[in-house]
Amino acid sequence: MITVKDLSVTFQNSGRSIHAVRGVSFDVAPGETFGIVGESGSGKSTVLKAIAGIIASSSSALEVDGRSAAKRRSREERRLMQFVFQDPYASLHPRQTVDDILREPLIIHGIANLDEKVSAAIADVGLSPQHRFRYPHQLSGGQRQRVAIARALILRPPILLLDEPTSALDVSVQAEILNLLSKLRRSYSLTSILVSHDLGVVAHLCNRIAIMQLGRVVEVVRAGDLRVGAVSQAYTRELIAASRGFTRAVT
Amino acid sequence: MSGNLTQWLMSEAPASRRQAVLGNAWRGLLAIVFNPAALAGLCIVAVLVLMAIFAPQLAGGISPIEQNLASRLAPPSAEHWFGTDELGRDIYARTLHGARVTLTIVMLVSVVVAPVGLAVGTFAGYLGGWIDAVLMRITDIFLAFPRLVLALAFAAALGPGIENAVIAISLTAWPPYARIARSETVTIAKSDFILAVVMQGASTWRVLFKHIVPLCLSSVIVRLTLDMAGIILTAAGLGFLGLGAQPPSAEWGAMVSAGRDVILDQWWVATIPGIAIFIVSLGFNLLGDGLRDVFDPKSS
Repeated sequence: MITVKDLSVTFQNSGRSIHAVRGVSFDVAPGETFGIVGESGSGKSTVLKAIAGIIASSSSALEVDGRSAAKRRSREERRLMQFVFQDPYASLHPRQTVDDILREPLIIHGIANLDEKVSAAIADVGLSPQHRFRYPHQLSGGQRQRVAIARALILRPPILLLDEPTSALDVSVQAEILNLLSKLRRSYSLTSILVSHDLGVVAHLCNRIAIMQLGRVVEVVRAGDLRVGAVSQAYTRELIAASRGFTRAVT
Repeated sequence: MSGNLTQWLMSEAPASRRQAVLGNAWRGLLAIVFNPAALAGLCIVAVLVLMAIFAPQLAGGISPIEQNLASRLAPPSAEHWFGTDELGRDIYARTLHGARVTLTIVMLVSVVVAPVGLAVGTFAGYLGGWIDAVLMRITDIFLAFPRLVLALAFAAALGPGIENAVIAISLTAWPPYARIARSETVTIAKSDFILAVVMQGASTWRVLFKHIVPLCLSSVIVRLTLDMAGIILTAAGLGFLGLGAQPPSAEWGAMVSAGRDVILDQWWVATIPGIAIFIVSLGFNLLGDGLRDVFDPKSS
């Protein structure tokens, strides 16, 4: 479904160039949930944004649904994948109601039955009809993230890109959103890429996981292997050890 | 009934688009009404608008251009509330009709300046690159001209009159709006909600006009109300120098200019329109300050 070969991203910053991503390659099969983990600054979100086509990148191949993804994407190509951002407080237009926000993608793509589609999308993500005409500032973080997910799915894209969708939320709300995502993934047979720094989250949701460090993929492991610690790279073992939290040295 | 309506407007769970939009507008209105300075400004501006609309009725049928040389430079009295000028014209009627001229100039200038500034600023800020550089350098060039001097040269070249005064003022007044709109756009353009509509396949025009412009609008409106005092003063300045509204039409700046020769003996000729300019400028400034408080999300 998605093929990435030798993806590189370079940022120009006041004359210096920073290689955020160097030569990343992986494939995502249809229906699969692919995870990318790594510490802050490892380039995992950058990979996702490059696939989404919202930052400039270079690669020997970047294919989506069997077709090469162009630098300037057409409306139809855009429809293939949608994005859920990390911060639900920044990803909704502050002057638009939930209704306006969900209507927009349908209007852009000239889809009929706006009212039905919007109310179905609201019900789909577990919001009630009374949330429909509220502004983002009248919603909680979890509710906003549900709106963002509804917005991403209202065009019925086959691919969903998730950039740390729960890291800005409360622990209890995180679980709700993760359950919602795995439910929607099954009911729409979505192919998705999930970026997270939380090994527990990716091991729970993903089939395969790429571990990134300093802009490179260290290794790609299956979720089962990650859970039992059957990994080959020292960095991955360090990451697993760190995710178990602080352990007191026994003397 | 009004209790129900207030409840309906303030509802945290509006049931329709209309209710959500009206509710938001109602909250904004309440914020203005509960801000004393803004309320004072709003009242002054409202009075100005009413004065302009009902000038003939309020003047009690006295023509602002009818001359009566027998009673020239008469002091304020029951017959002429604000006295008469050097041609015996009633200053009360002329001040009322002057509100029309002032309001016309202010409205025409804002209709030209705000859209031009917004368009230039949002284009430059969103598209970036060489378009940004070119548009902003043009803005800098216009910004470098001294306002009144350019307006003077323009009015002198095109010939005096209200239309040319409006063009002259607009030419020098738009650059700050482009600057404001650009700086707002640069920060908005990078935010996730704009990326989200780009990802949905929205065209550049759609992103600009439907998603970015509404967010720039509030700061542009605030700047516009604060600028209106300056616009009125520039218009009055042009009128004072004889390059704005032409006789016999009543314009406050021109009226002050006419009263200049007799300011020590017949103070009312220059003072009354001067007071009108002062009060209206103050009103727009207060309203602008109030609107800034209302629109600024950080203040609430």
